[in-house]
Amino acid sequence: MERATVGDNQQLQVKNQIAVTVNRKTKLKRYIPLFIMMIPGLLYFLINNYLPMLGMVIAFKEVNFAIGILESEWVGFKNFEFLFRTGDAWIITRNTIAYNIVFIILTMVISISLAILLNEIKNKVLVRFYQSVILIPHLISFVIIAYLGYAFLSLDTGFMNNSILPALGAERVSWYMEPQYWPYILTSVNLWKGIGFNTLIFFAAVIGINEEYYEAAKLDGASKVQQIFKITVPLILPVIILLSLLAIGRIFYADFGLFYQVPMNSGMLYDTTNVIDTYVFRGLLGLGDVSMATAAGVYQSCVGFILVLTANFIIRKVRKEDALF
Amino acid sequence: MSEEKRWQFYGHSIMIFLSIMAIVPLVLLIISSLTAESTIIEEGYSFFPSALSLEAYQYLWNTKEAIARSYGITIFVTVVGTTISLTTTALLAYPLSRKDLPMKNFFAFIVFFTLLFNGGLVPTYFVYTQILDLKNTIWALIMPMLLMNGFYVLLMRTFFKESIPDSLIESARIDGAGEWRTLWSIILPLATPILATIGLFQAVIYWNDWMNGLVFLTDTKLYSLQVLLNQILEDIQFLKTNDIAGQSSDAMANLPSASVRMAIAAIGVVPMLIAYPFFQKYLKKGIAIGGVKG
Repeated sequence: MERATVGDNQQLQVKNQIAVTVNRKTKLKRYIPLFIMMIPGLLYFLINNYLPMLGMVIAFKEVNFAIGILESEWVGFKNFEFLFRTGDAWIITRNTIAYNIVFIILTMVISISLAILLNEIKNKVLVRFYQSVILIPHLISFVIIAYLGYAFLSLDTGFMNNSILPALGAERVSWYMEPQYWPYILTSVNLWKGIGFNTLIFFAAVIGINEEYYEAAKLDGASKVQQIFKITVPLILPVIILLSLLAIGRIFYADFGLFYQVPMNSGMLYDTTNVIDTYVFRGLLGLGDVSMATAAGVYQSCVGFILVLTANFIIRKVRKEDALF
Repeated sequence: MSEEKRWQFYGHSIMIFLSIMAIVPLVLLIISSLTAESTIIEEGYSFFPSALSLEAYQYLWNTKEAIARSYGITIFVTVVGTTISLTTTALLAYPLSRKDLPMKNFFAFIVFFTLLFNGGLVPTYFVYTQILDLKNTIWALIMPMLLMNGFYVLLMRTFFKESIPDSLIESARIDGAGEWRTLWSIILPLATPILATIGLFQAVIYWNDWMNGLVFLTDTKLYSLQVLLNQILEDIQFLKTNDIAGQSSDAMANLPSASVRMAIAAIGVVPMLIAYPFFQKYLKKGIAIGGVKG
C-alpha cells in the first residue's frame, strides 16, 4: 500500500514536472508575438548603434582607402598621440566643456524661473499663448538659424552693422572674422533656441504639484517667494536632478548644428567655435584625417561614458531614489 | 493683494518680452524675403525696408521645378520617416512595458545603453556607406541616426506602463484577443498623447535635418529643402574664401540672391509653424506622463 503511494507520488512529481515544462513552453509561446514586435527596433539599434561601436577600432588603424579599412595597418595609440600633440585636443575639449557648463547653468536657472513664473500667471489662455510662442525657436533648423544670424551679422548688409551699431555710434564689426564675440553669440543662440522647450518640461513638473501645499502655506502666511523656495523647488528637484544628470552626461558632446552652422564654418573663428563634434566632422568630410577624427570620437565617447557613470554614482550616494540607474 | 498684482505685472511683462524676442528674428526673415534684392544691398537687412517686393517669390515660382522637387523630398522623408519611426518605437516600447515579458531587463538595457555610449560619427558613416551602401539614396535621409531614439522608446514605455492598467491587457487576453490585436485596438488608441508628442518630435527632426544630406549625399537630385539651403550657404562661403579674380563673380551671379535665400528659408519654416498648434495640446500631457521616471 505504502509503496503504491510512493510510486504514485513519484508519478505525480514526474507529471508535475512535465506540466511545468509544457507550461513554460506554452508560456514562452505566448510571448512569441511580443518578441516579433521587438525585432525591427532591436535590429535598428544593432545596425545604428552597436555596429559602429565595433567600428571604433578604426581609431587604432592608419586608414588607407586604397586597400580598404579591414586591411589597413594597425598603429596602436599613434592616432591619439597625434591628436593630443597638435594642441587641437586641448582647444576642442576646452570649448566643448566650457560652452556646455555655461549652457547648462543658464538654461536651468532661466527655464526653472520661467516655469515658476508661468505657473503664477492667472490668465491661463495667455499662459498657453506664451508657452507656444517661446517654443517656436525650437522648431527652427540650424541652417535657417544660420541664415537669420547672417541677416543680423553680415558685414555689409547685416542688421547689427546697419541699424544697431550706427545708432549707438559704434564702428562696424566683421563678426565672422573676430572670435572674441562668439562665446556671447553662441550662448545667446543656444538660449534662444532651447529655453522654450526646457521651460515646457519644468512647467509640466510644476503644474503637477498638488494645490493643497500652497493653500496650507498661504494659511500659514507664507509669502510667494517662500512658497517658491519651500514648496515648488523642492518638489521639482527630482526633475531638475534628472535633467542635470542627462546634461552632465552629455557635457562632452556639443550641438553640432549650433557650432557648425551658426559661425558659418568660418575658419577664422575656430579658436572659440571648434568643438569635438565639428572637429570629427571636418576630419571625416573636410581636410582632416579620418583616423584622427575617429580617435577624437573614441575619446569623446569614452570620457562621456565615464562622466555619466560618475555623475550617476554621486547621485546614488546622495539621493538614491533620483539616480538614473 | 498688491504682492499678487505685482507678480501678475512682472510675470506678463517678462513673458511678453520673451515672446517678442522669440519671434523677432523670424519677422526679419519674412520681411527680408519680401524685400527687393537692390533694397537689401542698399539698406541692409531691415525690419522697415523702404519698399516691399514679391520679386523673390516670383523667382521661386519661375524655378518651381527645382524647389518643388526638394520640397517633395522633404515631405516624403518627413512622412515616411515619422511613420516608420513611430511604428518601430511603439512595437519595441509595448513589449518592454509588459511586466511579464521574459528577459525584459536585458532588452531594456540594450535600448538604454545606446543613450550612454556610442561609436561616433566616423564608424557610423562607414557602417552606412560600406556595409549598407546607402550613399546617394533617399534612405540616407531616413535611416542613419534619426530613425529611432532610445530615449523616445523609454518615454513611450513609461507612458504605456503608467497609463494602461494591467487588468485591461489581461481581460483582452481572456476575451481571446492576440497580442497584435490588443496593441492595435486597445493600447494604441489610449496612447494618442505620447504618439502625438513623439510624432511631432520626429517630424520636426526629419523636416529640419540637413546633416544626413551633407554627410551622405552628393546627388543634388535627392536634396531636401534643408540640404539645399545648406548647400547654398556652403557655396557662398566657398566663393567668399576662394575669391579668384573674375571667376567668382560669374558663379556668384548663379547663386540665389539674399532675398531669394530668405524666401526659400521662409517656405521651409512656415509649414512647421502651421502644423505645430495642432500637436501642441498633446505635447504637455505626453511629456508629463512619459517623463515619469521608470
